[in-house]
Amino acid sequence: MIDFDNWVCPLPLRDYPYIVMGHGGGGKLSNDLVEYLFVPAFHNPMLSSLADGAALSVGGQRLAFSTDSYVVRPLFFPGGSIADLAINGTVNDLAMLGATPLFLSVGMILEEGLPMNTLGSLVDLLAAAARTANVQVVTGDTKVVDRGHGDQIYINTSGVGLIPAGIDIAPQNARPGDKILVSGTIGDHGMAIMSVREGLEFESPIRSDSAPLNGLVADMLQCSTAIHVLRDPTRGGVASSLNEIAKSAGVGIALDERQFPVRPEVAAACELLGMDPLYVANEGKLLAIVAPEDAEAILEVMHQHPLGQDAALIGEVVSEHRGKVTARTGIGGTRIVAMQIGEQLPRIC
Amino acid sequence: MCLGVPGQIKEVYEIDGVRMGKVNFSGIVKEVCLEYVPEANVGDYTIVHVGFAITRLDEESALETLKMFEELGVLEEELYPDQPSAE
Amino acid sequence: MKYLTEFRNNDLVQKLFHEIRQITTRPWAMMEVCGGQTHSIIRNGIDQLLPPEIELIHGPGCPVCVTPLETIDKALAIASQPNVIFCSFGDMLRVPGSDRDLFAVKSQGGDIRIVYSPLDALKVARDNPDKQVVFFGIGFETTAPANAQAVVVAKKQGLKNFSMLVSHVLVPPAIEALMQSPTCRVQAFLAAGHVCSVMGYWQYEPLAEKYHVPIVVTGFEPLDVLNGIYHTVLQLESGRHEVENAYSRAVQREGNLPAQKVMQEVFEVCDRTWRGIGMIPQSGWQLNAAYRDLDAAIRFQVGDIRTQESSICRSGDVLQGLIKPHQCPAFGKECTPSKPLGATMVSSEGACAAYYNYGRFIEHEQVAP
Repeated sequence: MIDFDNWVCPLPLRDYPYIVMGHGGGGKLSNDLVEYLFVPAFHNPMLSSLADGAALSVGGQRLAFSTDSYVVRPLFFPGGSIADLAINGTVNDLAMLGATPLFLSVGMILEEGLPMNTLGSLVDLLAAAARTANVQVVTGDTKVVDRGHGDQIYINTSGVGLIPAGIDIAPQNARPGDKILVSGTIGDHGMAIMSVREGLEFESPIRSDSAPLNGLVADMLQCSTAIHVLRDPTRGGVASSLNEIAKSAGVGIALDERQFPVRPEVAAACELLGMDPLYVANEGKLLAIVAPEDAEAILEVMHQHPLGQDAALIGEVVSEHRGKVTARTGIGGTRIVAMQIGEQLPRIC
Repeated sequence: MCLGVPGQIKEVYEIDGVRMGKVNFSGIVKEVCLEYVPEANVGDYTIVHVGFAITRLDEESALETLKMFEELGVLEEELYPDQPSAE
Repeated sequence: MKYLTEFRNNDLVQKLFHEIRQITTRPWAMMEVCGGQTHSIIRNGIDQLLPPEIELIHGPGCPVCVTPLETIDKALAIASQPNVIFCSFGDMLRVPGSDRDLFAVKSQGGDIRIVYSPLDALKVARDNPDKQVVFFGIGFETTAPANAQAVVVAKKQGLKNFSMLVSHVLVPPAIEALMQSPTCRVQAFLAAGHVCSVMGYWQYEPLAEKYHVPIVVTGFEPLDVLNGIYHTVLQLESGRHEVENAYSRAVQREGNLPAQKVMQEVFEVCDRTWRGIGMIPQSGWQLNAAYRDLDAAIRFQVGDIRTQESSICRSGDVLQGLIKPHQCPAFGKECTPSKPLGATMVSSEGACAAYYNYGRFIEHEQVAP
């Protein structure tokens, strides 16, 4: 039982007696919940590593285990649906541990009144996504809540995979000198959702990039044994993921703004809403932190894969400003890429 | 205070007597109120702030400004060719 | 992106930095008025690359930051009422009131909606005839035509359930108040580009004359900001004090006349308290008699608000350019973007938030490897 009155840590959670939307944003508020509420309560070394999934030793093998819940609104958007996110999200979390994803569970909370046709479409999409990702849905659960208490459908997926021997991929492994690669354009998914919500029409719509990354990761692992960290930058974007890694590993990260791959329409949407692509969610991209001598070769392998064609080298790990991420600006200045607080709000002023 | 983004007017029409239009921001099209730029028409660029066009962008001025930047220091370089110039 | 990319051209940017270095012979302190300019300067690192003699003092041009505490508390009181849908620009949601912010109200069941434009709030009113829809009408002169339009349309369409909580602020009286302050160190102003798109710049001519300060209308992209600084330094170095337009593609001297007309129809000048600065006479706009029935503060009679400002917050000194954000003892400690004490730390344009987020104050923490 957490004793709120006798905490000695800085008081982030005490300032919020209720959950606010920011706690789900993938930024500092979300991390505060994990760090100050969940980790102390559950308290074990596997959880404390705070990767997106857990690497567990079971009977001589290494098992990867991960879970994710999906509450996105709208259910269908250009480039995908909540179903694609649900399958690909967990597949990707497992792949980020270097594991071969094998089996998934699907748990659904349905709101009374959800049209059966909608559910049918989503189930078909779940099945198709599983086939594409080469995983099997082997168990599941369904609950129904009263109308008005559930927002149509919430989906949780959990997954297991096997981590081959010799693979050690974890946020703590980043070390000064390592190069940072991104597998493609950033901000696509978040802006696809935002644009539907904000009623922006597009000449060519921004499509979510939701995709299973296990194939790309397998190719990369074949090419190099010096991949130290993998992370899929979902909520909170590239900025949040890199900040978490910098803090976990006790290193600094220096990026170069001129190298960030961003689609022109995503850049334009961000301008319009006053948002920064670095903080916008991605659902089919990965960050790889690799030994410098292997960076070129790995980049080449990524370019050969359909999901890595726009891969780029965006920065490196440094020993200065440990725990912080900086970026060289387009005009030669330096700015800090700070941890996002809650969720990114469209800026107007 | 004034996140104003430039975009090009693609269409002009009226809704309930108010001048509205579709403005294209590098491939994104949004409906914008054009009531306060009566002189701006299809093809013109405007600055849009909170869904309203607040001014028409003047292409000639823009080009003049850019030209001024290009020419900055040109005279200096001609007079003092051995001096270090901009990196 | 046309009209954006060209004004971020790095070769020209470096050229301008070089030119500014060439012509600067003495220390100069200039103030950029607009929060959007502050944001651009800090985010791009422009201040890092200017010659050290040039000091940029960040002005009070952040409408989110200067909205009076009492108005925030009124907004919180209105938004907490059942049957109210409270519509606001995103930035306002985390501005601290006396004891909470709009996000907290939302988490306790308040129906609070982020909108991109006041027209969106009108739509909410049309779609929800049985609720009272209130729009938080803040901003400088740039936003006023949009807010005025919303009020005009609401009245014309007989939208009885729509009202606006108005808190507009004006730039010229603020400049005057700053120049009259005995501690003012500002020697020149970079005027807010988009405010001038709407209002023109003729209002600044008497100010330049009276206080002997150059006032240069400046835009927002790196080239525009440097252009403004360049022309300002030229004036300072040659002892001139004129009003100049360094954002000519978007600003004319007389401004936007149709916009000014609608604002005159809807608003009247009033005294306004600027949070952190104090009361500046005749520095705000409120709904005039013809439109007062759409004033949310009157419709909701949110009564006796007792405000409680943080005793250690020094937003006011930051807004007046008396201290830099990192000189405030609470900066980065009691006061951070996740637990802001004052509005300058909340708003993405507030100087304190900009300094914190873009690291003008990098603390080298001892993080265990």
